[in-house]
Amino acid sequence: MQIIQPHYHAIARTAQDYERMAMSGVVAVAEPAFWAGFDRHYPETFIDYFRQISEFEPTRAAEYGIRHFSWVAVNPKEAENTHLSREVIRQMPDFFQNPNVLGVGEIGFHKTTRNEEEIFEAQVDLAMRHDQLILIHTPHLQDKVRGTRRTLEVLKHLGANPDRVWIDHVEEHTIREPLNAGYWVGFTLYPITKCSPRRAVDMLELYGRERILVNSSADWGPSDPFTLQECVVDFRRRGHSLQEAVEIFHNNPCHFLGQNPKFDILPIVIHEQSLPVSN
Amino acid sequence: MLTPDQVLANYFLDTRCKLIEIAAMLDRFDRAVSAGHSQTNGKQTAVEPPQVAKIYQALKLLSQPNPSNANRSEQILLMFSDLS
Ligand SMILES: [Zn+2]
Repeated sequence: MQIIQPHYHAIARTAQDYERMAMSGVVAVAEPAFWAGFDRHYPETFIDYFRQISEFEPTRAAEYGIRHFSWVAVNPKEAENTHLSREVIRQMPDFFQNPNVLGVGEIGFHKTTRNEEEIFEAQVDLAMRHDQLILIHTPHLQDKVRGTRRTLEVLKHLGANPDRVWIDHVEEHTIREPLNAGYWVGFTLYPITKCSPRRAVDMLELYGRERILVNSSADWGPSDPFTLQECVVDFRRRGHSLQEAVEIFHNNPCHFLGQNPKFDILPIVIHEQSLPVSN
Repeated sequence: MLTPDQVLANYFLDTRCKLIEIAAMLDRFDRAVSAGHSQTNGKQTAVEPPQVAKIYQALKLLSQPNPSNANRSEQILLMFSDLS
């Protein structure tokens, strides 16, 4: 089955992952800018990182027939350093011209501090002024509810168009408010700290498939890109049709990401042909 | 042997995750029961399946402090054993 992996940190993964993803149906990945596991000191380090994910990674993915798209942003954790963040934000619009860059993300809250909020607002404002899509990270574990609520307040205050905003890493306790407010939401399949493939299928059964993206957020941590395929298998095992699976794991990313014309992969319809009748 | 703090540092998140999985499985079961319930016009099976009863029995054991012998896993394995 053809799958789009809408949140994938290729910079932290091997070529073997690309190869195995290609073998298991992945046709495209989108790579948000994120925390590198340590706090960077120089704006130039971010700029080179953006170059790596928007210019170099597409060539690495192409070797396996996978399309690669990317996002640029100062992630919530490093947004605490407002001076550094402002300098990076000043240079971000250069990347909006890149043929693979889809928008601003992942931005939002980590500990929901004043500094994080200042930089979050600056990046939402930047995205809106440049007509870019927005990808929002919501905090982990005990910080998720508070951070998600504040995220919604900030977005509403700034007048962001919910159609063009994807709020990621929602779980059972944070899915309703963003969906009801008209945003896209993402389930992140991640061992231990986020959502499991089975719980993701539960939420798909409960909330339907409108405005829902599923990703495995593969990164340098204890993550596994193939939890996405695990989710597809569990979804199908529960008796949902192949077309339903395609709608969620391929076509929904097309609908959301395709709002930026640079993302030109079109939704798929499965069509069964009848065999010719032999005499 | 680990210190109590080390046990929490190493295993708390993993345990949190497993608790959520148990909750999700029980929710999944209840939803399946009520879906079946609506299909059979109210003729729902009144009896709780033995597997579900075992899960609740195990959860009851887990909800109690057990300072002296720390053998919860052994007790749960016995609950799931055929001793006849
Ligand atoms: Zn991420």
